[in-house]
This record gives sequence, C-alpha cells and structure tokens, in this order.
Amino acid sequence: MTTTITFPLSPAARKERATQEPAWVRWSLIGLALMFLTLFLFIPLISVFYEALKKGSDVYLAAITHPDALSAIKLTLTVAAIAVPLNLVFGVAAAWAIAKFEFRGKNLLITLIDLPFSVSPVVSGLIYVLVFGLQGWLGPWLAEHDLKIIFAVPGIVLATVFVTVPFIARELIPLMQAQGTEEEEAAVVLGASGWQTFYHVTLPNIKWGLLYGAILCNARAMGEFGAVSVVSGHIRGSTNTLPLHVEILYNEYNFAAAFAVASLLALLALVTLALKTLIEARNKQHQKQRGHE
Amino acid sequence: MSTFKQHSILPGFNLALGFTLLYLSLIVLIPLSAAFIRTAELTWPEFWTIVTTPRVMASYRLTFGASFAAALVNAVFGLLVAWVLVRYHFPGKKLVDALVDLPFALPTAVAGIALTALYAGNGWIGQFLEPMGFKVAFTPLGIFVALTFIGLPFVVRTVQPVLEDIESELEEAAATLGANRWQTFTRVIFPALFPALMTGFALAFARAIGEYGSVIFIAGNMPMISEITPLLIITKLEQYDYAGATALSVVMLVISFILLLIINLLQWWSRRRSIES
Repeated sequence: MTTTITFPLSPAARKERATQEPAWVRWSLIGLALMFLTLFLFIPLISVFYEALKKGSDVYLAAITHPDALSAIKLTLTVAAIAVPLNLVFGVAAAWAIAKFEFRGKNLLITLIDLPFSVSPVVSGLIYVLVFGLQGWLGPWLAEHDLKIIFAVPGIVLATVFVTVPFIARELIPLMQAQGTEEEEAAVVLGASGWQTFYHVTLPNIKWGLLYGAILCNARAMGEFGAVSVVSGHIRGSTNTLPLHVEILYNEYNFAAAFAVASLLALLALVTLALKTLIEARNKQHQKQRGHE
Repeated sequence: MSTFKQHSILPGFNLALGFTLLYLSLIVLIPLSAAFIRTAELTWPEFWTIVTTPRVMASYRLTFGASFAAALVNAVFGLLVAWVLVRYHFPGKKLVDALVDLPFALPTAVAGIALTALYAGNGWIGQFLEPMGFKVAFTPLGIFVALTFIGLPFVVRTVQPVLEDIESELEEAAATLGANRWQTFTRVIFPALFPALMTGFALAFARAIGEYGSVIFIAGNMPMISEITPLLIITKLEQYDYAGATALSVVMLVISFILLLIINLLQWWSRRRSIES
C-alpha cells in the first residue's frame, strides 16, 4: 500500500505558496499597517484642513490675507529664495569635488556636510546667537556699526541655511559618483573648458537630482521652526516666518487662524511630496531607458 | 599635494573644494565651535553643576525615554509598513508610499498643533482615549506621540530598499529545504534586514532627541514632568542664562555626535552585509 502525495497546485502556485503568506495573513498585515498610518499620518493631515475650514471660508480667507500673515508669507519666501540657491551652489561645488576627484579626508568631509542633520534645531539657532548676538563674539562690533543679525532677517536666513546645508549635496554626491568621470574627461580631452564641461555634460546628467534636492531643501527652509524661533525675536510683521506665525496665533488661542496658516504649510508639504514622487518616477523610467540602450 | 589628491585631468578641484571648505567653515564649523569655546569659559565643576541639576536630569530622562519608546514603535511598525509596501499589492499603495514621507515635508509646528488638537480631551482621538483613562495631550505620552510621528519615515525608508533587493531565490531555497514561512522570515529575511532596521531605529532616535517644534505644543511643558531638554535650552536663553543654555547645548551636541558615529558604523555594517549576500 503506497500513498502518493499529490500536488494539485501548479508549479507557479507552489512557488507562490513557498514565498508568500496566506491571504488572511497578508490582509491582516496590510490592515495593521494602514491602521497605524491612518492614526499617525492621515488623520493628522486631514485634521489640519478640517480645523482650518471649520469656521467657514470667510474666517479662513481673513486669516491668510491678514497683513501679519502676508508679511510672514513674504518673509518665508524671501528666506527660502536666499537659502536654497546658496545651498544649491554649495551642493554642486561639494559634489564636484567629492564625486569627480580622489583625495584624502573625503569621508570626513561627507560626515561634516551631514552634520547639521544631527544637530537639534534649537542648538542650530543658539550657535548663531553665540556668534552674532549681543553677548556673542561679533555682538559688540555689530552693535557699534548698527548692524543687526540676531532678532532680524539675516539671523533667520543664516539659521535656515545651516539646517538645510546637507539637502542638495547629499542628493548630488551619490548621483555624481555613480555617473563616474568618463563623460567629463572626454569633453575636456576634446577641448571643452571647465565651465563648458559642467554646463553641457554634467548639468544635463544631474538636473533631476538637483531639482529633487532643491525641492526638499525648500520644504525644510520654509518649514523650519526651532532654529528660526531662537534667532527671530518673534516681531510681528517683521521677523515672523509662517511657522512662527502659526505658533503666535495658536498661543493666542486663535485656533482657526493658526490652522488656516498651517494649512498653507501643509499644502506646501503635499506639493513637495507630489513633485518628489513625480521626479522619482521619472528617474526610474530614465534608468530603465538607459538600461535598454 | 600629490599625496593629498590623485591626479585627474578634470579642472575645478581647487575652486570646488576651496569653496566647499570655506562655506562649511563659515556656516557650520565656526558657529558650532562657538558652543564649545563658550562652554570652555566655565570651569569643570561649574559645567557639571549646570548639566546635572534635578530639573535638567528630569529633562534628559524624558527626552531619552520618549525618544527611545517612539523609535521602538517606529522600528516595529516601520518594518511592517516597509514589508507591506514592498511585498503586497493593495489599492492606493502608491499614494500611501508617497505619504510616508509626510513627516519629512510637513513643518514641525504644523504637526505639533495638529497632534495637539487631535489628542486634546475634546479632539477626534482624545475624546475616545480620555474616558479610558489615557490623557495624551499635555503629558509625556503626548511627547511620545509627536516623536513617533516625526520618526515614522526613517525606518520605512531604510528598510524598504534592502527588502526590495532580497532575492526571492533565497526564500525559495529556504522553502525547498523545508522551512515554513515563519522560519524563512525569522532565519533568512529578518537577519538580512536587521542592520537596516537598526540604522533606521538610530536615525529616528537621533532625530527625536533634538526635536522641538512638534513637541512643545503637545507637551504641556511642565518642569520636571513634561519638559524636554531642547525646551530647557530655550527657557535658559529667554532668561539670558547664556552659560546655562550653551552648556546644555554642548551636552546635546556631544550626544548627537556619538549617535552620528554609531549611525555611520551601522550604515557601514549594513552595506557590508548587502555586499556579502
């Protein structure tokens, strides 16, 4: 008497059974993950817009068109318009040196570039107070010359530049390292100048990475709170960025207005994520095309 | 110079590196050194007294405890989310994948007021928790909630690419050799993911320790109970206690640097693991 074990499953189905969980496990895990994300991500996001519009669109519009809000928007845009290009130039220079050349101490340099990510925002603001504040190294000299950095716009710009230093560089370094130096070397051998090589060879290869880094850098520059809070002085209508304006309104129990202004920043975050996803999808496609060539 | 840099025909090295170093020095290194140099004006006993008062010690315990708990929750659920996003298909997956990065993109102040409104006694979530005896907003539990939100993407985004790279042949081999699904996961998949998981945990933990914006709204900020260390620095600064604020920030900086070192080691370990397999 022999018993034969029969496999009613096709080989493909058997393979699936060996490397996949049963359906009930799969759906339970998906459910659990989505529950966690709903609780910690989706509900907070939705609540920003709900609280902003709870008292009607009139209150909403009044809050975001209030002169203080408008001046906060203007300051936030100004700060980002200075901080992002500065870090863009820095990111390109750092990535050019690190990705295209071999030199000693490279890893240390990469670590130093990443440093601002690991510093608490509060400390990031404080160090500028220690340099430029009244009690700081340059404080007496600045006061003598009637220059104001702390509790003024330059301090806000500096603190924002500090916290956003790594964004573009860390996007470009691995990208340019992966691309190697052959194309640039060919251009130089053919007689192109350094700038021509950069503009016609390197830049087209890195433009999406550059844009990607700039978008993330911009989101952080516009949204930075802790570092800016330390150096701003919270002067309404003059040194108040959007996130600081949210705080002031909230602390005055003006919740509808606080959430209205916050909803602008939440929209910025959503646009940032949308652009980021678009660029990632484009990159994937681009890599596939390159693979087929 | 020749030993410092290998020869290359590409131009621009001196300009690019020179600018990089100048920029880093002006923006990052000199200001950071200010914290250490200013602290050096204190004697060691003075420094030690400032950074170990009961109120400060309570803030360390809270900051580290809440950060650790939040990073732990993120390690467990981050692994789950990464797994679900890589291995399964479900409607809306792409949207969910994109939204995982929300805590990176959403300004911390916005996260702070949104979470506070949700978990307050009359909030969407707080109204259910409060009758059960859980007060979240304005307690240390609220700090944990804010730090969990802030750290959410780290584990997902470090584990996700490693999980994508694990070849299905490994799992098939394990199954052929008679392992059941759970054994395959615990003995084949999980060990391959572990370095990435630890890296994600450390990143979330490091971020949580320094976090300020999302926490201060929900914390209640009671000295000895719900006051985090970064807030204490601000408090000292507002009282013009520059020496105290600077001393505390040096403690925070040293801790950040140690964590940065650990994270670099973990990443190195993670890379070596993936090369070996």
